[in-house]
Amino acid sequence: MPACAYPGRVLVLVGVHAVMAVVAPGLVRWLGRRALYVVALAPLATLCWALARTNDTVTESYAWVSQLGIGLDLRMATLNWLLVVLVAGIGAIVLAYSVRYFKPDQNGLGRYAAVFVAFAGAMFGLVVADNLLLLYVFWELTTVFSYLLIAQDPTRRTNRRAATQALLVTTLGGLAMLAGFVVLGESAGTYRWSELEANPPTGGHLAAAVVLILIGALSKSAIFPFSFWLPSAMAAPTPVSAYLHAAAMVKAGVFLVALLGPTLGADPPWRPLLLATGVLTMLLAGWTTLRQNDLKLMLAYGTVSQLGLLTAVFGGSSRNAGLAGAALVLAHALFKSTLFLVVGIIDVTTGTRDLRELSGLGRRAPALAAIAVLAGASMAGLPPFAGFVGKEAAFDAFLHGTGAADLTVLAGLVIGSTLTVAYTLRFLWGAFADKHQQQTRPTTIATDWLVWPGILAVAGLAVGAAAKPLGGSLDHYADLFPDVGAAYHLAVWHGFTGPLGLSVLVLVAGGALFHYRQRLPPIKLPFDGGTAYRRVMNGLDRAAVETTGATQRGSLPFYLGVILLALVAGLGGILIGSAPWPDDARAWDTSLQLVVAVGIVVAAVAAVRALRRLTAMILVGLSGYGVAVLFILHGAPDLALTQFLVETATIVMVVLVLRRLPAKFSERPIRTSRVGRIALGIGVGVVAAGMTYVAVGAREATPVSEIFPELAVTFGGGDNVVNVILVDIRAWDTMGEISVLVVAATGVASLIFRRTEALQRRRGVAGPGVGPSGQSIILQVVTRLVFHPVVLFSVFLLFSGHNAPGGGFAGGLVAGLALTVRYLAGGQAELTAAAPIDAGIVLGAGLLVSVGTGVLAMLAGGQVLQTAIVDRHLPVLGDVHLVTSIFFDIGVYLVVVGLILDILRSLGAEIDRQEVAAG
Amino acid sequence: MSPNLTYVAVVGVLFAAGVILLLERSLTRVLMGVVLLANGVNVLILAGGRYGGPPIVGTTPEGEMSDPLPQAMILTAIVITLGLTAFLLALAYRSWRLVGHDEVQDDIEDRRIVELAERDAGLEVEDVEDDDEGTS
Repeated sequence: MPACAYPGRVLVLVGVHAVMAVVAPGLVRWLGRRALYVVALAPLATLCWALARTNDTVTESYAWVSQLGIGLDLRMATLNWLLVVLVAGIGAIVLAYSVRYFKPDQNGLGRYAAVFVAFAGAMFGLVVADNLLLLYVFWELTTVFSYLLIAQDPTRRTNRRAATQALLVTTLGGLAMLAGFVVLGESAGTYRWSELEANPPTGGHLAAAVVLILIGALSKSAIFPFSFWLPSAMAAPTPVSAYLHAAAMVKAGVFLVALLGPTLGADPPWRPLLLATGVLTMLLAGWTTLRQNDLKLMLAYGTVSQLGLLTAVFGGSSRNAGLAGAALVLAHALFKSTLFLVVGIIDVTTGTRDLRELSGLGRRAPALAAIAVLAGASMAGLPPFAGFVGKEAAFDAFLHGTGAADLTVLAGLVIGSTLTVAYTLRFLWGAFADKHQQQTRPTTIATDWLVWPGILAVAGLAVGAAAKPLGGSLDHYADLFPDVGAAYHLAVWHGFTGPLGLSVLVLVAGGALFHYRQRLPPIKLPFDGGTAYRRVMNGLDRAAVETTGATQRGSLPFYLGVILLALVAGLGGILIGSAPWPDDARAWDTSLQLVVAVGIVVAAVAAVRALRRLTAMILVGLSGYGVAVLFILHGAPDLALTQFLVETATIVMVVLVLRRLPAKFSERPIRTSRVGRIALGIGVGVVAAGMTYVAVGAREATPVSEIFPELAVTFGGGDNVVNVILVDIRAWDTMGEISVLVVAATGVASLIFRRTEALQRRRGVAGPGVGPSGQSIILQVVTRLVFHPVVLFSVFLLFSGHNAPGGGFAGGLVAGLALTVRYLAGGQAELTAAAPIDAGIVLGAGLLVSVGTGVLAMLAGGQVLQTAIVDRHLPVLGDVHLVTSIFFDIGVYLVVVGLILDILRSLGAEIDRQEVAAG
Repeated sequence: MSPNLTYVAVVGVLFAAGVILLLERSLTRVLMGVVLLANGVNVLILAGGRYGGPPIVGTTPEGEMSDPLPQAMILTAIVITLGLTAFLLALAYRSWRLVGHDEVQDDIEDRRIVELAERDAGLEVEDVEDDDEGTS
């Protein structure tokens, strides 16, 4: 085909599928179901490209994740070429066929087209991947797309269940396969199959790799014991079954066996495993097929049986067996997809697939029947069809084989083929024969629909007729196997040979089996791996419920209790067991500490016992003030300042909310749990105290902060070491902290302001009916008088903080408290007058300024958040010592002011408004 | 470094009181528990640093300064606690508005799973639906 000899790259062709998948829904909306013809161009182009390169080997390689050994390594040798032709050719034909299969107004047709062509692309990628990891990626892509295609109509439970089943079984296999690939690739040092092929790895772990890879292959190809998912997957639309479950996806496993066979076939588990599971699957599924009444299910079980045949033949691992397998892959894809397409037509035009209902269809739809007979002849292995050529080759390979148990396998294949002949006859009889008076009356079958299965059926005949040249091509693949005995060549006629005798025997016995089908013993085979699957799934479900039920009790105190118990048991154990208890201790640094400590302890204990919310809160606040005094005594004025301010802000904030809640706490729960809580609390307290004691005592190394004072002056440009740490040395921590504050403020606002329009009020627009009624005029006047000095003081704290106690946090809190006092004195109106700006804007501006400082430092060539010190003599102002980290601190100041403003607007004004509105 | 026993005692009591309140169901009490716990943690961190004068160059000789690093950490923690308190308060208020109290209830979905486990039943979500129409 010279027209197809365009210089296409494999990667581009994969990309064409992807692009087509993206535009397919649009095409369907524009052109309706005819868009499927356009979509079919992607696989068609691939087919054409492959046919022009029949005997070439194409390789491409692109770097991807080279650290992991994953590259876009693509390679098309003979076996890959065969699969590309099948995947692309049948993909294009099935897409074209789908135009008539679906109703013009079919729901989800766009999705179908997109997923179908995406699947075709993934399948194409799979069969040309030369890197095992890349192959795995495509492998799982086909699994995912097949999941979507089986669940084409997700409103049906059967579809969902079948799709999930197929997904779970094949993904599980895929994971095992990945593990096998990794063992293989790591032991060989490469994941490229062409390199592995040239230097096959050796060693004991190879057997494990082989078994793992085969689990993946067998599950994908529905080989026993994984067969059950394929018949369930018949819930998919028939074109999907024709493509995925006959030609393409189920062939992926067989393809993998065929690809790896020439290299790994000699390893111990390979051959017996494949021969045993293959023959067993062929026989069990063949027998089950005979018992089906649904035509589509017959084909499904028949497919499982044929996949067993293919697995067994490739498992033979000899040159002639490989050749036979390749021929059978081609033959099976052609006849089985034809038959699926025929069943689709029968289903749509007669409304049934049950062979007990169908009767006389052969006379009413002779063309359809003829196509089915052509495909059936190939399936049964009648000369000169492709199926016959392949089966002859298979018989010959095992008849003249040298491997152990070859003759046993041959017997299995002969019996399996007999079953195949019998169910083929039963299929054709069931679909088309005159069985009873009630004649089936199909609607008209359009010619442009019938032509697609027709092409495939004729192709089956043509392949048989062209067996010799085709065999010449396939020999390139077969010759990869270690040579065993005389080379066999594909042909329709080899003379009167043993295999021909076996073929005749199979046909006669199959005919007899069909003839005496009524007298067959009604043995229902324990074939169903589905039972095991259901048991495992139910077991998983139960285990999940038990585990969740045992651990996830849904009770917050329970969870906290478990966590704290773990703390007490774990840390307590270490403290008792192995902790280095220090020998000496101080009672206190100054005796004042003891006085304050007594106050803290009394307040905390009383807070626990308090029954009224307000009492409890005031006691908690008192203990907080006590801690602030401890900070002063310890030599930490910045901490003390901040702690005083925060405790005050907290009390105001809590009171704002508590005045809306009931004065007393609700009834406490039963006494026993209370005793447990107190015991746990005391336990945690003791452990925490012990931890403090041991941890402080264990401190021996020189603290990193030893050099901070010097650094603070030389690099930070400030005397207040704590402040320099915050805005310079550990500025990233502070950046994270103010981000948390902004998030918390946003959380508060979104919990209180329930609707977007309510957020307008956060900007300070006073709501109706919330005036300053009942508030003291004198208080208002006084607060207005002190407001500006206090704000000025807060700015002073901000700027002096670098060298004296203060800084952005303390300054922001002071300004925030000034606003709080205004709000308490005059309500929303006063607050709006004092700060006519949205809290969100203040928060955002603060964060922006802080981040901006960091970014500017970076733009100026320094590190993020690096500080620059500028010393200048300016007229009037005198000597100015400017440190750029002040801008960072301004951001902190703004964030803190914004937080308080947000709290006042939310927990104060908006709650007031809601209470008034609620009456 | 030798531990200061006064700090050790304060840490112990604040932790114990905080945990007892934290394990309550009333959100207001939980909130107060969090505040007490936060103070306890701050004193714990403080106890790990050297005692001395304010860490301000020029005010205190370098050898007599208290350790500034734990102080910077505590300062951050104090302000974060403020944000957390505000958030918990908003939660308590919202809960009170919605259900009339501020108690943390057990998760109903979790209770349902516990009951399933007690009955030795699975979820079997698929079986609850009734849209089975067979295959096509």
